[in-house]
Amino acid sequence: MSAEYAAAHSFNKVMEILDRFDRSESKIIPILQAVQEEYRYLPQEVLTFIATSLGISPARLFGVATFYSHFSLEPKGKHILKMCDGTACHVRGSSAVIDALREKLHLSAKKITTDDMMFTFETVSCLGACGLAPVLVVDDAVHGQVTPQQALALVDEIIVKEKENA
Amino acid sequence: MERYVYINDRPVLWEDEKNILDLTRKAHIDIPTFCYHSDLSLYGACRLCMVEVEGRGLVTSCSTAPFEGMRIKTHTAQILKLRKTIVEMLLANHDQECPKCSRANDCKLRDISNRLSIDKVRFRKTRDPKPMDLGSECLVRDPNKCVLCGDCVRFCDEIQGIGAIDFAARGQNVNVAAAYGKSLAQVDCINCGQCAAVCPTGAIVVRSHIPQAWEAIHDSSKTVVAQVAPAVRVALGEMFGLPSNDLTTGKMVAAMRMIGFDQVYDTAFAADLTVVEEANEFVARKSKGEKLPIFTSCCPAWVKYAEQSYPQLLGNLSSCRSPQQMFGAIAKKRLPEQLKVDKKDLVVVSIMPCTAKKYECKRPEFTHDGIADVDLALTTQELGRMIKEAGIDFDSLEPESMDLPMGFATGAGMIFGNSGGVSEAVLRYAADKFNIPVPESIVLQEVRGESGVREATLADGNLKMAVVHGIKNAQQLCDKILAGEAEYDIVEVMACPGGCTGGAGQPIVMNREKRKARTTSLYHADKTMPMHRAQDNPFINELYEELLEKPNSHKAHELLHTAYKHRKRIDDDELSFSGTGSEDRCKIRVCVGTSCYLRGSQDILAKTLQMVEENAWGNHFDIAATFCSEKCDKGPNVRIGDQVIHKAELAHVKELITQEAEKRVK
Repeated sequence: MSAEYAAAHSFNKVMEILDRFDRSESKIIPILQAVQEEYRYLPQEVLTFIATSLGISPARLFGVATFYSHFSLEPKGKHILKMCDGTACHVRGSSAVIDALREKLHLSAKKITTDDMMFTFETVSCLGACGLAPVLVVDDAVHGQVTPQQALALVDEIIVKEKENA
Repeated sequence: MERYVYINDRPVLWEDEKNILDLTRKAHIDIPTFCYHSDLSLYGACRLCMVEVEGRGLVTSCSTAPFEGMRIKTHTAQILKLRKTIVEMLLANHDQECPKCSRANDCKLRDISNRLSIDKVRFRKTRDPKPMDLGSECLVRDPNKCVLCGDCVRFCDEIQGIGAIDFAARGQNVNVAAAYGKSLAQVDCINCGQCAAVCPTGAIVVRSHIPQAWEAIHDSSKTVVAQVAPAVRVALGEMFGLPSNDLTTGKMVAAMRMIGFDQVYDTAFAADLTVVEEANEFVARKSKGEKLPIFTSCCPAWVKYAEQSYPQLLGNLSSCRSPQQMFGAIAKKRLPEQLKVDKKDLVVVSIMPCTAKKYECKRPEFTHDGIADVDLALTTQELGRMIKEAGIDFDSLEPESMDLPMGFATGAGMIFGNSGGVSEAVLRYAADKFNIPVPESIVLQEVRGESGVREATLADGNLKMAVVHGIKNAQQLCDKILAGEAEYDIVEVMACPGGCTGGAGQPIVMNREKRKARTTSLYHADKTMPMHRAQDNPFINELYEELLEKPNSHKAHELLHTAYKHRKRIDDDELSFSGTGSEDRCKIRVCVGTSCYLRGSQDILAKTLQMVEENAWGNHFDIAATFCSEKCDKGPNVRIGDQVIHKAELAHVKELITQEAEKRVK
């Protein structure tokens, strides 16, 4: 499937998503969630299109999209790492894991996606799994009581797999 | 039965006040607030208006309803301390470059901080400086001065129905931003500037063109002529401590000559000309029964709004240029000969109550061979500042009169500055044709008033008109008209509250009564003039005899009329479906705006992509979806290269693409 075809396919999905939520202003959040799932982020032109379809101003939609840290207006990497830095995780040593991962991936609090668009690493405030603290979520898999070594191993595992597939 | 509340132990009669704040004001106590604005919704964010209610503790007075027997304290030790702390925290993150701020003299933050005797700020700055938005021709935004009261956001959304700016981000990072953090110039802002008029600080201000004005005046090779809009003269005095109702025309003209303007003319003259052109255009349309209602086109903010939001109504907009641009066209045509000056050395400066006029005079259709009809638009505020800069003692000036011929206007042109004024002026002109009795007082009370939407039916039901101010009111009216729920012959739209007298270029006033005084004053000005109908202006008649032949003539169309085009709300928003936008590829753009989508543009897009994919023509085409770049009534719209196809059908589009592909494959 070429890039063009993929984009058109995603656009069809946006139409479907809008129809599924009745093009209703009160369903902004689920619409944005579904669209972000499709594109992995919220492209500007798609946001304008959604705003027009919902009959709200693009600035208002931009406000909603920037309010929630879940939504991203920047393209995210293929693999998403989320480290919890809530109180429980923090006291159980999340900082060390965060530092280790940032060093490995050459990222910082401001730059969260690697140049090759392979990884996005972000911190979140609570994942609701405080019993497992500190918690790292790699794509959709939850890893509890992680140490810096374990976290780095998980990343290495992905890199090896990606090389094999390339 | 009468109800009372007790403010600082004194009884206060509670009539229909909806909140404590209004009651305290009635009790002659001015509680400071940033976010309370009687025309806007309640917000309750600034927390400055806290008062103590017995049994309830501290509450925000703006958002708390009174109850009978309520006991309120407005300045306990705790409240005073709290207010101070709040203002100190605002100041900590405020860019305190007050002497350099154009709002230095009417800044609410500065005023309140002064009133609360704040002499030091105990807190550190916690926000990083943010870049200013310097992209707009009309407005400058400085987020580093913002107190996040949201007045601008609510005005733009609630009164203008646009929402060009809104709060973005969260917590510590909250800021007021246009969509995607773009400049106001790149989004759906209509330049009405009301955000700047309600801003309590200098976070949004009118862009100053004072340096350019001085430069022209100081250049001895230039002849600088000015036109002054009607609404300017009833507000300028406010900047010099004169009451709003003071007609300062004579002093203003004297001051302008002292500054160095070579000639001072009246935009109301051009408004008389607008009346003649627009009334004739209307009468022609009415007799043919086509393109009705006619929408007025004097307000540049409304025109831009219509261009971006109601393309299907653009044909209904009067083709007349605004008075500012009519003046510019006539000035550049006639004055070089009259004043014996080279056209390129003639500088036309307009003094306007309006910020959007700055945008209007820069529209490309009003520049010919590199020479703009109007070179520079200044606001009332800017003129006032120039007078102060020159050190002129405004109040003690002897009045002077404007220059002929374009300094002579009738009362019809004068009332253009009020909402309802254009309609009344047109009615005065066309009254004979429709057998409308014009009273001795020449006042057509039907179209006057303060309400946001006013309707009048005249000439035994033969003439229906609507007068609206505030774009949201216009929006609702347009929707009704399009849905067939309302029918009019004339619709007058002004973006600002009360019309031009309430324009954002006027001196800042935070109270509505002052603005009303300007309106009254402009109606008085009409009364004191010798003529009240545009057709009686001898210099207008002379202009037709010598240059324009007759109303709506070919010549008049060339100089005094214009055309409108559909605009996108947000710049460069296209959904690209191809990797690179290399120049040599053939561009295909399919509109997927709502109206084209409903007519099947999505299908055309999908099938086009499929076809290009199947034939491996990917290197030859650059395909993207656009939002509403063409005319909606002719959708679906597809553009292939330079060719625009309206009412596109799939087979036809495919055929054209195949032809193009064959050409390119060879």
